[in-house]
Amino acid sequence: MSLLHVAIIVPFLWAVLTPLLSGLLRRAHTGWLVLPVPAVLFVWFLLRIPEITQGKALRSSVEWMPSLGIDFTACMDGLGLLFALLITGIGTLVVLYSIFYLDKSKESLRHFYVYLLLFMGAMLGVVLSDNLMVLYGFWELTSVSSFLLIAFWHTRDKSRYGAQKSLLITVFGGLAMFAGFLLLYAMTGTFSIRETIAQAHDIAGQTLFVPAMLLILLGAFTKSAQFPFHIWLPDAMEAPTPVSAYLHSATMVKAGIYLVARLSPVFAGQAEWFWIVSGFGLATLVYGSATAIRQTDLKAMLAYSTISQLGLVMSLLGLGSASAFFAGAGDSLLYAKATAAAVFHLINHAVFKGALFMAVGIVDHETGTRDLRRLGGLMRLMPITFTVALIGTFSMAGLPPFSGFLSKEMFFTAMLNVQRLDLWSLRSWGVVFPAVAWAASVFTFVYSMIVLLRTFAGKLQSDKLGRKPHEAPLGMLIPPVVLASCAVVFGLFPNLLTYSLLEPAMAAILPDLLAQGERFHVSIRLWHGWTPEVFMTIGVVLAGAALYKLYGRLNVLQRPKTGGLWLNRLYDGGLGAAETFAYRLTARYMTGSVRHYLIYIFVFFGVALGAALLLSNGIRFDTSRYAPVSFYEAAAALFMTAAAVAVPFANSRLTAIILTGAVGYMVTLFFILFRAPDLALTQIIVETVSVALFLLCFYHLPKWKKETARPRFKLFNFLVAAGAGAIVTLIALGASSGGAFESISHYYVEESYRLAGGKNIVNVILVDFRGFDTMLEITVLGIASLGIYALVKLRLDPPLPRKPAEAKRTNGERVGGTLARSNDVLLKTISRAVVFIMITFALYLFFAGHNHPGGGFIGALMTASALLLLAIAFGTSAFRGIVPVDFRKLTAAGLAVAFLTGIGSFAFGAPFLSHAFGHFHLPILGDTELATAVLFDLGVYLSVVGVAMTILLTIGRDS
Amino acid sequence: MEGLMSLCIGILFAVGVYLILSKSLLRIILGTSLLTHSVHLLLMTMAGLKTGAAPLLGEKAKAVVDPLPQALILTSIVISFGVTAFFFVLAYRAYQTLGTDDVEELRGDEDE
Repeated sequence: MSLLHVAIIVPFLWAVLTPLLSGLLRRAHTGWLVLPVPAVLFVWFLLRIPEITQGKALRSSVEWMPSLGIDFTACMDGLGLLFALLITGIGTLVVLYSIFYLDKSKESLRHFYVYLLLFMGAMLGVVLSDNLMVLYGFWELTSVSSFLLIAFWHTRDKSRYGAQKSLLITVFGGLAMFAGFLLLYAMTGTFSIRETIAQAHDIAGQTLFVPAMLLILLGAFTKSAQFPFHIWLPDAMEAPTPVSAYLHSATMVKAGIYLVARLSPVFAGQAEWFWIVSGFGLATLVYGSATAIRQTDLKAMLAYSTISQLGLVMSLLGLGSASAFFAGAGDSLLYAKATAAAVFHLINHAVFKGALFMAVGIVDHETGTRDLRRLGGLMRLMPITFTVALIGTFSMAGLPPFSGFLSKEMFFTAMLNVQRLDLWSLRSWGVVFPAVAWAASVFTFVYSMIVLLRTFAGKLQSDKLGRKPHEAPLGMLIPPVVLASCAVVFGLFPNLLTYSLLEPAMAAILPDLLAQGERFHVSIRLWHGWTPEVFMTIGVVLAGAALYKLYGRLNVLQRPKTGGLWLNRLYDGGLGAAETFAYRLTARYMTGSVRHYLIYIFVFFGVALGAALLLSNGIRFDTSRYAPVSFYEAAAALFMTAAAVAVPFANSRLTAIILTGAVGYMVTLFFILFRAPDLALTQIIVETVSVALFLLCFYHLPKWKKETARPRFKLFNFLVAAGAGAIVTLIALGASSGGAFESISHYYVEESYRLAGGKNIVNVILVDFRGFDTMLEITVLGIASLGIYALVKLRLDPPLPRKPAEAKRTNGERVGGTLARSNDVLLKTISRAVVFIMITFALYLFFAGHNHPGGGFIGALMTASALLLLAIAFGTSAFRGIVPVDFRKLTAAGLAVAFLTGIGSFAFGAPFLSHAFGHFHLPILGDTELATAVLFDLGVYLSVVGVAMTILLTIGRDS
Repeated sequence: MEGLMSLCIGILFAVGVYLILSKSLLRIILGTSLLTHSVHLLLMTMAGLKTGAAPLLGEKAKAVVDPLPQALILTSIVISFGVTAFFFVLAYRAYQTLGTDDVEELRGDEDE
C-alpha cells in the first residue's frame, strides 16, 4: 500500500462519505465538500513531476488474488502522470464550475458528486494500474459512472437513451478488450503490463497476437469514439455540461488513447497496428470535422469536434508507431515526433476543449439555448466568456500564438514525414496523409469559426432567447479562464511542458527507442522559418475563410443534418431487432401456463436423470441385499398404490381427500415397518391435522369436476407422469442395490451419545448436528404461516368504513362461522378430558425426545392437534377465552428462543448452535440429564405450535 | 422389499405428477401431497430397509437403521404440511377472487 494506492482509493472513500457529510452540512453546496479531493490530488501529482522526469517510475504492489496473477499494482510513469494530472486538474476546475452550474435547490447533488468521484477514482485506477485485470475493472467502472452521469437528468427520454447507448457501446468494447487481455495472458502468462512489454518480442509472431491486438483496439476505439463507434458520443451530450467537459472531452474518452499509448510498446512494431490505428484515426478525424460543421446544437458541434480531435491524436499515435517499426534505423526518431505531437495535442485538446465546453455551458446557462439558429451577438453582453471562447476556438483551429497552433504544426510535420516511409509502397500513397490532414484542418477551422462567430458576433436575437443574457457569476468563469490562460501560456512557452511531461510520456510509449539513460530530444518553437507546415497553415486559414463564407451563403443551419444517421439507424434497428427477437423467443416458452413450466421441469428431470443413470451405469437390479417381503407388507403396498391410483378417478372432493389421506396413513404404516418411530408419530399427526385442514377449507373450495380435457391432453400428461415415475423407480432400484460409496450415517450413530448426549439419533441430528438446518426450517414454516395469515386477512379491497373495535367484534362473530357449528354434546364432553391427555402426552413426547421417540416437532404437532380439537368442540370464540395466546407471537417467541440458544454458544467461545449437556442431580427428579439442545428444541416446539395454530385458526375463522 | 417399494414409489410419483399436470387447483394440491409421500419413501428405500433396529441407542440392538434419511424426512413432513396449507389457502383465495380454479384461465396477460 503506497501513496499511489491511496490516491486511487481516496475518491472512492470520499464518494462514500459525501452523502453522509452533505447530510450534516445541508447549507453548503455539496461541491465544496468534493472540491478538495481533486485539488489535493492534483498538487500531489504535480509534486511527483521531478521524480518522474528523472526517469523513475513509482511502483507499488498489493497482493489481491496472487493465485490468479491479479495484484493491485499501482505504477506511475510519465504517461500515467500526464493522465493523472489531466484527471485531477480538469477535475478540480470542473467541480468548481459545477458548483455554480448545478442549482443546489433543484438538482440531486449527492448523486452527481458521488458519480463524479466514482469516475475520478476509476479513471485514476485505469491510468495508474499495471495489472490488466485491475485496469479492466476500473475501465468498466468509468463506463458505469459515465452511464450514471449521462442519465443524471433521468426523467428525460433523451438522457436515458444516450446513457444506454454509451453504456452498450463502451461495455461491448470493454468486453472485447477483456478478451484481448486474456489472449495476451495466454501468451505471456502475466497480467502485468510491464512484464508483458518485456516479452513483446517473444509473442509478436504468435497466432493469438493479432486477434489480441484487434480485440484490444476494439475496446480502445469504442471508448475513444473512433469512427464508426463514435455514435454514442453526440448522444452523451445530454449529460450536464460539466460532465461533458470532464468525461466526454477531457478524460474518459481519452482512456482509449491511453490504452493505445500504453500498449504501444507491445504492438507498435507491427504493420497492422500502424495501419489500423492511423487509418481509423484519420478517418475519424475527417469524418468528425466534416460532420461537426453541419450541427446546429453547440454541444453537438463540440461533440463531433471531440470525435475528430480524438481521431487526430489516435492517428498520430499510429504514425508514431512507425518509429518502433524502424527502431534503431536512422529515421526512427523522425517518426517519434508524431508521438510527441500526440502527447502535446492530448494536453492542448483537454485545455481548449474544456474551456470551450465550459463557455458553451455558460451560454446555455445564461441564454437558455444552445441552438446556433437562435444565438448571436453575445460578445458585448458576455465579454469574458467571449474571450475564453476566442482563445479556445483559435487554439482548436490551430492559429498562433495559442498552444493548438503548435500541436497542429507538429501534426503537419508528422504527416509530411510519412511520405518518407519507404515501406508498404507509401512512396506513391504517402501524399494522401498530409492531404487528408490538411482537409480535416480546414473543416476544423470552419467549425471553430462557427462556434465563435455565430454565438458571439452578429445580431442579438433577444426575441428567440428564453431570458435576458448576462455574464456568468465569477465562480463559473474562473475555471474556463484558467484553462484559456493555459492555452496561451503553453502556446508562448511550450518548453514548460517538453521535458516535464512530454518527454517522460514519450519514453513510456516508445521505450525501445532509447538506450539506457538516453532521452528524447523534444523542442517546440513558435517559429521555425518558412517551412511547408507554415504554408499549410496559411492555406488552411484561406480555404477555411472561403468555406465559412460559403457556409453562410448555403444556409447550412436551416438544413440541419445529423451525422452518422445510417449508423444510428443500424444501432437502433439492431437493438430493436434484438429486443423483438428476445421477446418472441421468450414468449415461445414462457407461456404463462404453470402446466407448461411443470412439463419442462419434469421432462428435463426425466431426461437429465435418465441420461445420468445410463452414463454412470446406475441402472441395476440387485436383489441380494433386499429385505424379505411378508404377506401383510405386500398387502399394505398394494392398498397404498391402489388408493393413490384411485385419486385421479375420484368423483367428489371428499373421496379424493380421503383417498389421499389413506395414502398418508399407509405411509405411516410403512414408517413403522421400516423402524422409524419418530417419522410414524409425525406422519400420523400431520395426516390427521391435514385432513382437518382439508375439511376446514372444504367450504371454500371449488367443486371437484371431472377432467373434461381432450384425450390427447390426458395422454400427454400420462406419458410425462409415467416417464417421471419410471425414472424414480429406476433411481430407487439403483440406489438400493448397494451404495457406490460409504454412508456417512455411521458418524451420527457412533457420535450421537458421546458428542450430543442423546440416544434418539434422529432427534439429535435435528437439534444438534444439523441444528442450523432446523432453525432455518422453522423460519420457513413461520414465513408460510404468515403468508397464509396475510392471504386470508389482508384484503386489498377498500376497507369498510368501520371503527377498529367494531370491526374486531364483527370479525369475532364471523369467527363463529365454520368452527363454532358443533353442538355435539358428546364431542364437547369427551374432548374436555381428551385434550388434557393429549397435551400431557405431547409434553412427554417433547421431553422424551432426546432419548426416545418424540421431540419438539412431534410434541408441537400433538399439542396443536389437541388445541384444534378444543377449537372444533367449543368454537373459536370460546377457544380464544380458554387459550388467550397470540399464536403468531408464539411463533416469533419460538424462533427467538431457538436463535438465542444458537447465539448463546458465542458466550462460551463456541461456534453458533454448539450444544452442551451434562448430568445433574436435582432434588425431586433425581439424576437428570440436561442439554442445551432441549432449549433449542423448546424453540422448535413453540414455533411449530404457533405455526400450526396460526394456520388452522386463520383458515377456520375465514368465512 | 426394496423392489416392491421402488415400484410403489414410482407409481405414487407418477400419479402425483399426473395430478400436478391437470388443470384444477385441488388436483394439483393433492398431487403435491402424493409426490411428497413418494419422495419420503424413496429416501427410506435408498438407505436400505430393515437393516437394523430403530435408531435409538441403549436398546441393545446389534445394528440400527440409517438415521439420516429419517431426520431428512421428519423435516420434510413438517415443511410439506406448511406448504400444503399454504397451497390450500392460495387456491381458495384465488378461487374466491378470480372465480375459477382452472390454472389455464389463471394465466397472466399476454403483455405481462
